[in-house]
Amino acid sequence: MFYRLAGIYHTQYKTERRVLNFPFDRFQVGLVFLLAVTAPWWASKLLLAGYLLPWIIWSAAALSLNLIMGWAGQIHLGYAAVMAIGAYSSIHLSLLGLPISLALLASGLASAVIGLVFGAAALRVKGLYLAISTLALQFLVQWIIVHVPAIGGGHAATVQAPPFKLLGLNLSSDTGSYYAALAWCLVVTVFMVNLQRTSFGRALVALREKDYAAEMLGVNTFYYKTMAFWVSSFLGGVTGAVLAFSYYRAVTVEQFSIDVSIQVLAMVIIGGLGSIVGSFLGAGFILLAPSIINNFLSSASSAMGVTLNVAWLTNIQLMTYGGLIMVFLIFEPLGLAKIYFNLRNYLLVWPFGYTRRQI
Amino acid sequence: MNFYFLVELAVNGALAGLMYALVAIGIVLIYKSSSVVNFAQGGLVMLGGFVVWSMASQIGLPIWAAIPAGLVIMYLFGLGIERLTLRPMVGQPIIMIIMLTLGLDIFLRGMTPAIWGIDPRPLFLGFSDDPIFIGPVLINKSFLIGGMTAVVLTGLCHLLFKTRQGVRLRAVSDDYVASWSVGIYVEKAIGMSWALAGAIATLGGALWGSIQGVDWSLSLILLKCVAVAILGGLDSIGGAVVAGIMVGVLESILSAYLDPLVGSSREVVSVMIILVTILIRPYGLFGREIIERV
Repeated sequence: MFYRLAGIYHTQYKTERRVLNFPFDRFQVGLVFLLAVTAPWWASKLLLAGYLLPWIIWSAAALSLNLIMGWAGQIHLGYAAVMAIGAYSSIHLSLLGLPISLALLASGLASAVIGLVFGAAALRVKGLYLAISTLALQFLVQWIIVHVPAIGGGHAATVQAPPFKLLGLNLSSDTGSYYAALAWCLVVTVFMVNLQRTSFGRALVALREKDYAAEMLGVNTFYYKTMAFWVSSFLGGVTGAVLAFSYYRAVTVEQFSIDVSIQVLAMVIIGGLGSIVGSFLGAGFILLAPSIINNFLSSASSAMGVTLNVAWLTNIQLMTYGGLIMVFLIFEPLGLAKIYFNLRNYLLVWPFGYTRRQI
Repeated sequence: MNFYFLVELAVNGALAGLMYALVAIGIVLIYKSSSVVNFAQGGLVMLGGFVVWSMASQIGLPIWAAIPAGLVIMYLFGLGIERLTLRPMVGQPIIMIIMLTLGLDIFLRGMTPAIWGIDPRPLFLGFSDDPIFIGPVLINKSFLIGGMTAVVLTGLCHLLFKTRQGVRLRAVSDDYVASWSVGIYVEKAIGMSWALAGAIATLGGALWGSIQGVDWSLSLILLKCVAVAILGGLDSIGGAVVAGIMVGVLESILSAYLDPLVGSSREVVSVMIILVTILIRPYGLFGREIIERV
């Protein structure tokens, strides 16, 4: 319909090799980018700070986790812990007087080092043992934050982040935080888009498909698995720090609990393993689904004249995540991204469905 | 800290550990039959506890009837899980199935409090909770009964794997396709292991529920059970018992000595056990050494 590619074919290798090789894709990405950049002008304060900002940051988090789960094919159940390391270390470093830009980098390195130590289990064992060791990372980090006063600020405490100043700019307003998050999300997105075109990304994909075969082809699986953990943990750590500075402003351990790990996992699975569009769709879906379902249930129950008890409404969120993860794994293991691409590929040649379709 | 206190900690820790092992057997059973780690075991324990409580308090069955009723319901629930969620996943990568069990755990953790509320419910199993004294050592009676149940159940599971059905389960664990080709109904075997895991989780839920009250925190037992299952070797039932005793004793003694220094250290003990096991001996104490390394 919009795409109308039935009669458009590439005539040069150069055009075929572009990241976005269809005109409509370029238009679409440009439009989304324009909308994102101009959001402070058209979006209300609530929409900007309450919905768009978390969506952008969690998309970056889902992209970083997708590097390890979708590209390298490893399982990670403790991603919130990686983000917590980034958030806490950046806040403590900046409280010690380090400029925030350096603190962000240092927090990424801290997450990368710790994430790598736990990912090192991946070098010895794989699959389910990796799942369990990352789960252990989650509980260990949570425990350390609660029990070491120098990190977590004592029992049930919050650690206040200093005002967000980056490279001399004061970003503590909603708009400033939004742009900082958008910039970081763009960096991660561009990195991930180009990852598919580098030898590193291709080695990871080979590893994911079959590690023996990858080794036969000369891919150093040991090195690339380590690198996948390193890069993903680095990105996750910085994302956690950006999240703490621009959205939470004060961090507590509950913001990085096991349920949050599950939330990021759900974003990646529901969005689509190994898909960039999917990470954005998944993050938006997971952030919005509980409130939509809550609103729907409360309006439905008031329409039918039944009062739902509070336990229902508070637990509906976990039920939604768990149920959605199961439904997507069973019925659409490639997630929202696959649904999106099915629709797009159909529209690409509509109404000439008999012509060649392209991905 | 005198000697008797230490013995008391060790004995009660060992009994509590046996009760962890009881729940961990559910993980081991499923791993033995389908090579999947069942992350939903915590959720099943919680659901089982609530089902028994509901049978006893809401429907009003006496406790000797409520527990078997709960076992039957959870047995059927386990069969249902396999039929509805795992059967469509046959042939998918193992990571997908692990994530599915995790999703199931999250779902159960949301569903159960949504149905029965978040307040802890007392569950009375019909024996008084006065401690038993052996010399100067005080033993918690609930722990003693739980530990004995675990030992009996372990024996039963051992016998199960000696039967024809048990041999089928082991064959399925080794290779789905080979089992199909020699005429084993693979789906049915996996379904049975989930049903048994559900029933075992119900026993665990009832025993732990009688000790700490039935509420959502029962699902937190998952971490300890994973520690037990990993340490014992994921495919060894006897290993789960030995590891359960080790985890229980370590947890009880270490937390008694460390708690004054760092605050509650119970959870971190099982986390450390998991990490050390994975780093040093990933197949556990008694597991088969079939882990692929790359």
